[in-house]
Amino acid sequence: MAGAYATFKHMTDYMGFEGLLSDEEKMVREAARDFVNAEVLPIIEKHAQDQTFPAHLIPMMGDLGFYGPSLPEEYGCAGLSSVAYGLLMYELERGDSGLRSFASVQGSLVMWPIYEYGSEAQKRHWLPLMAKGEKIGCFGLTEPDFGSNPGGMLTKAVKEPGGKWRINGTKMWITNGTVADVAVVWAQTEDGIRGFLVEKGTKGFSAPETHGKWSLRASVTSELILEDVIVDEEQSLLPNVKGLKGPLGCLTQARYGIAWGALGAADASYQCALDYALSRIQFDKPIASYQLQQEKLAWMVTELTKGQLLALQLGRMKDAKTYTPAQVSMAKMNNVNVSLEICRKARTILGANGILDEYPVMRHMANLESVYTYEGTHDMHTLIIGQEVTGIPAYR
Amino acid sequence: MKILVALKQVPDTETKVKVAADGKSLDPADVKWITSTYDEYALEEALRLKESKGAEVTVVSLGGDSVKDVLRNALALGADAAVLLKSDASDPLAVATALAAYAKDKGFDLIFAGNKGMGGDNASVGPMLAELLGIAQANVVVKFEVTDAGFRAEREIEGGTEVVEGALPAVITAQKGLNEPRYASLKGIMAAKKKTIEEVEATAPAGATAVIALVLPAARPEGRKLDGDAAAQAAALLNALKDEAKVF
Ligand SMILES: Cc1cc2nc3c(=O)[nH]c(=O)nc-3n(C[C@H](O)[C@H](O)[C@H](O)COP(=O)(O)OP(=O)(O)OC[C@H]3O[C@@H](n4cnc5c(N)ncnc54)[C@H](O)[C@@H]3O)c2cc1C
Repeated sequence: MAGAYATFKHMTDYMGFEGLLSDEEKMVREAARDFVNAEVLPIIEKHAQDQTFPAHLIPMMGDLGFYGPSLPEEYGCAGLSSVAYGLLMYELERGDSGLRSFASVQGSLVMWPIYEYGSEAQKRHWLPLMAKGEKIGCFGLTEPDFGSNPGGMLTKAVKEPGGKWRINGTKMWITNGTVADVAVVWAQTEDGIRGFLVEKGTKGFSAPETHGKWSLRASVTSELILEDVIVDEEQSLLPNVKGLKGPLGCLTQARYGIAWGALGAADASYQCALDYALSRIQFDKPIASYQLQQEKLAWMVTELTKGQLLALQLGRMKDAKTYTPAQVSMAKMNNVNVSLEICRKARTILGANGILDEYPVMRHMANLESVYTYEGTHDMHTLIIGQEVTGIPAYR
Repeated sequence: MKILVALKQVPDTETKVKVAADGKSLDPADVKWITSTYDEYALEEALRLKESKGAEVTVVSLGGDSVKDVLRNALALGADAAVLLKSDASDPLAVATALAAYAKDKGFDLIFAGNKGMGGDNASVGPMLAELLGIAQANVVVKFEVTDAGFRAEREIEGGTEVVEGALPAVITAQKGLNEPRYASLKGIMAAKKKTIEEVEATAPAGATAVIALVLPAARPEGRKLDGDAAAQAAALLNALKDEAKVF
């Protein structure tokens, strides 16, 4: 029974956070929350256990406008503020990190680069279809030998006669890879790193699924194999960016959403633990009445609250276009880290029940292990902040 | 076609209700407000008619500024216009009178409402509204259709279904089962931002009734633990059921 703690109506709001939101932002959050409560929570444990992505939600989320919602209306998107987008991520990840990952990849890692770096024809073709969820995208940056250091990637694209390019290489850990209709593939060229749109079914291109994950089990992760893949320059090459700043620009967008999303998983786990602690009796008293458990709950709600305010301030700066990637690094690093710790503490409060799929806690905890590592590991963001304040890059 | 949908703002069903110091109203602290669920069915039905037959859907609600949330949400779901009737009336006849005064002469073909307001459960505003306007009504409707002659509605009645037909204009009150309300889409929410809520001073008479007290149900007595071995516990339970609970 996945529904035991499934219907929490309200987000945790210790510090008057909701009072800082506009009407539109509140409505977006509530719409997403209603959707997650009704459509995601009742089914997600089973999908995580079975290692399947709830694909039937893809068109529903498209109809509701969950993909690339901050992009403009003329491309079929909703034109949301960054904060409203963040709240959407929060609610989706309160359902499951896999669902949020799907939306992050589709919106921030595929639609965003097409919008930002693509030709007008590429935008007109892909964005409305992707906004509706009729086409799915994936983002291929990481390789077997290049994770934190993507600049060293081996995937190579070579210009061919007749306006064509030939791509060779292997990408790994690619969310949505197997189910994607189009992959944004980053490759070395004579001109530095460039981005290519590679469509499913292109000769020499395959995307086998990665099995055996203990984390993000309700999300598809794949390898991308490109063997002499020939693509058309006009359709495929993203014309308006060169160099590592291309993929890094996308990651800044996605990391921003993750800084919000992780808190959603933490909120679900905190509320579950609080509820459990109040009702679970040991030694004739609710375990919530013991100082050790209260210390955990107090820590959890404090970190959750600080994380909310950090994400909100970052969102306001993003809308004002005054934010920096190093600030996004801080929010991603901190919020994922505290969220993972919140889930771990929640797990302990639930005792043995904490390991069961009747409660969402261990699923969220395991999911966040991936989130901690992807989109720049916790360590890499620490080093980015270190570089920001000292001026010395310590990662080389 | 012109459709009016009357919406009521009510406390969220998950709210732990507290009685205010006056002993006759809800303590508004910690109360989350939502659209009454039955009204959501009413609005959904209007929106479906808009999509299938073409209609202009106006939503209306009585209350203070807080009620704007309900109206804004309805605009996000697809209503074309929203009207706030400013009033603190809560007595059903006063509410129905104010709604009738607003709806009169505006040429609405259909007026949808919930069959009752969640929590208050009076189930009277819809029928009163129809009477005050002198038009047809069908209440507790689970299936609805606009026909050439007017409308056809299926109503839930004790032990079965009643099918009624009538002429337009009409008041239709919705019951659970009528439809599955949609979620607000992000585009709808953004579009609602551009629509305005018209504010009108309501003409509501003094209430015909007044709430004089609000009382919470008595707290459940604490559970009792039976002592002894299984046989002793079974005997004690049997006695308690027989002598105290008097179940047999
Ligand atoms: C479920 C999942 C989904 C993913 N989805 C995608 C996707 O859609 N697209 C995509 O391109 N990638 C994706 N990734 C890949 C992810 O971005 C990488 O795993 C991540 O960048 C880290 O790379 P790595 O795993 O190779 O670890 P490594 O880079 O090998 O790092 C291993 C450890 O070494 C540390 N380390 C590395 N360099 C330094 C240094 N200079 N100083 C100090 N410590 C260092 C790291 O912090 C880490 O602790 C996904 C990963 C997972 C788990």
